[in-house]
Amino acid sequence: MTQTQEPTDLFDQSIVDKAQAIIARYPQPRSALLPMLHLVQSVEGYVSQAGITFCADQLDLANAEVSAVATFYTMYKRRPCGEHLVSVCTNTLCAALGGDAIYATLKDHLDVGHEETAGEPGAPGSITLEHAECLAACDLGPVLQVNYEYFDNQTPDGALELVKSLQAGEKPHPTRGAPLTDFRQAELQLAGFFEGRDADLDGPSAAPETVRGAKIAAERGWTAPAMPDNAEFPPLPEKK
Amino acid sequence: MVDNLTPVLTKRWLSPRSWTLKTYEQLEGYTALRKALKAHPDQLIQQCKDSGLRGRGGAGFPTGMKWGFIPQGDGKPHYLVINADEGEPGTCKDIPLMMADPHSLIEGIIITSYAIRANFAAIYVRGEVLHVIRRLHAAVREAYEAGYLGKDILGSGFDLDVVVHAGAGAYICGEETALLDSLEGKRGQPRLKPPFPATAGLYASPTVVNNVETIASVPYIVNGGADWFRTMGRERSPGPKIFSLSGHVERPGQYEAPMGTTLRTLLDMAGGMKDGIPLKFWTPGGSSTPLFTAEHLDVPLDFEGAAEAGSMLGTTALQIFNETVSVPWAVMKWTEFYKHESCGKCTPCREGTYWLVQILQRMVAGNGTASDIDTLLDVCDNILGRSFCALGDGAVSPITSGIKYFKHEFLALCDQNSQVLAGANA
Repeated sequence: MTQTQEPTDLFDQSIVDKAQAIIARYPQPRSALLPMLHLVQSVEGYVSQAGITFCADQLDLANAEVSAVATFYTMYKRRPCGEHLVSVCTNTLCAALGGDAIYATLKDHLDVGHEETAGEPGAPGSITLEHAECLAACDLGPVLQVNYEYFDNQTPDGALELVKSLQAGEKPHPTRGAPLTDFRQAELQLAGFFEGRDADLDGPSAAPETVRGAKIAAERGWTAPAMPDNAEFPPLPEKK
Repeated sequence: MVDNLTPVLTKRWLSPRSWTLKTYEQLEGYTALRKALKAHPDQLIQQCKDSGLRGRGGAGFPTGMKWGFIPQGDGKPHYLVINADEGEPGTCKDIPLMMADPHSLIEGIIITSYAIRANFAAIYVRGEVLHVIRRLHAAVREAYEAGYLGKDILGSGFDLDVVVHAGAGAYICGEETALLDSLEGKRGQPRLKPPFPATAGLYASPTVVNNVETIASVPYIVNGGADWFRTMGRERSPGPKIFSLSGHVERPGQYEAPMGTTLRTLLDMAGGMKDGIPLKFWTPGGSSTPLFTAEHLDVPLDFEGAAEAGSMLGTTALQIFNETVSVPWAVMKWTEFYKHESCGKCTPCREGTYWLVQILQRMVAGNGTASDIDTLLDVCDNILGRSFCALGDGAVSPITSGIKYFKHEFLALCDQNSQVLAGANA
């Protein structure tokens, strides 16, 4: 195993610096591996053999140790991704509400299967399609994500329009999330790098569904019982 | 009599820019922290025990007891790890909470860390929720800048660092020991217990792993006291709880109600079944909790009530399906999920889920036989209680409960002359 900290053409000094910044977040370096693999995807659009070697070098691990991790997790792609990653929830509830039909429509339109890319990977308008497991937005189902931003309450026709506009170079705004960039930029953020992206925070979040209960309660005057003015702590328990 | 809805965790969600420190501080934010830092850590643990707060991630373990298991004065670093790997099918409460009100989680983290004497905490959040992750990052940054995190927090002498850690797409990492392995940069596979995380968790040091909703409840308990928390819910399952209604209801969404509410009450607030099509089956707490039917509309939804009726409270993810949906089809879809998410460490789960999918796909395709039902139950019997972690147990729940209540639908699939319900969208 070679241990080099030298930047390569692909992973230049700025990426090495970011990798080191990730390591510095944790009490033990190896905890940096998952975010570092996200960082690798921000460079390459997937995890290549060079990416695995890069992580192994940064963390003083064997390539096999990094490969074992990279192959375990769904979000690490083993083949180059498109400009955009479109993930359609086809778990039971979304599927029953139309998620299966949405996936079938997009599959048909793009003429690709699961984790396959329409267009030259990385080129403008290229799309990787996948069916996803539950995306934790069930009250807004059926849902899909583009680069891990939520598009809620989808229909087959609406999803088709969305994908067509992505292919045409447009970037429709997610229902909840920040304005779209691309898969690689999303991966950079997942690695924990948000510099210069403060405006993203204002992207919409609370859908009508999210605040339904809170709104009904406000309208009907329902509240939790009032808190006492000065709730005291219990006495310090005696040591046994 | 307590109101039908008791917004505590969800109340702030209605406020403009609720995710910012400014809004949070205007709405009592970080007042509980100031109060907690003046108390002895053991008083906080005792208060949490007195409140009866139980884990909101599905298992319902008493939170204060979990904190109390951390050995004190052992000379080892202690850690708090937040399980924000929300992925149980149907579950969608922690994601909106962190998106709308990340500081409530952070305040809970600081108080809890002070109580268990941890100086490092990690929020392990699933990777597919970028908007949540950016809001958490920003909230942590704001908290550092305001002196709520870092060295000598509010002059108390207490230090805490918090890191937001994005996962990478693995349901199994919601299992607490798999989560810890994942956080250590490994494959997310569950560990043999004991030792439990309280003695050998993250980096083999004492660690508390708690769900987002659990820890976000802590500041309210500090401010309101244990007795106030117990004014909501039931004796052994106190407090408010976010119930997530999804599927064939008129107004799906998040409804924060006292523990022990019923689907009938919730459904009434949610406008009833969509288009008036009758209810057929539902999950009380995600797909890993055995199915309920229209017979269970009045089951009290708390840990005891759901268990007595033959299921589990789980994550209070109420997925609601109407009469158009085929039970065997739904069960097949869920089983495909468990097969995909099985980590492969233990044989019963890895092989069992694989074969269950084969059988169910064959049945749903109309090529099954009545003996397939026996085979399914036999395989389930060899997974339940024999798997390394709870994923295997969860995987058999939809199958065994589906056959228990809807065996006729499985049998009908084997009878080519009978009318077969297709997927709901067919």
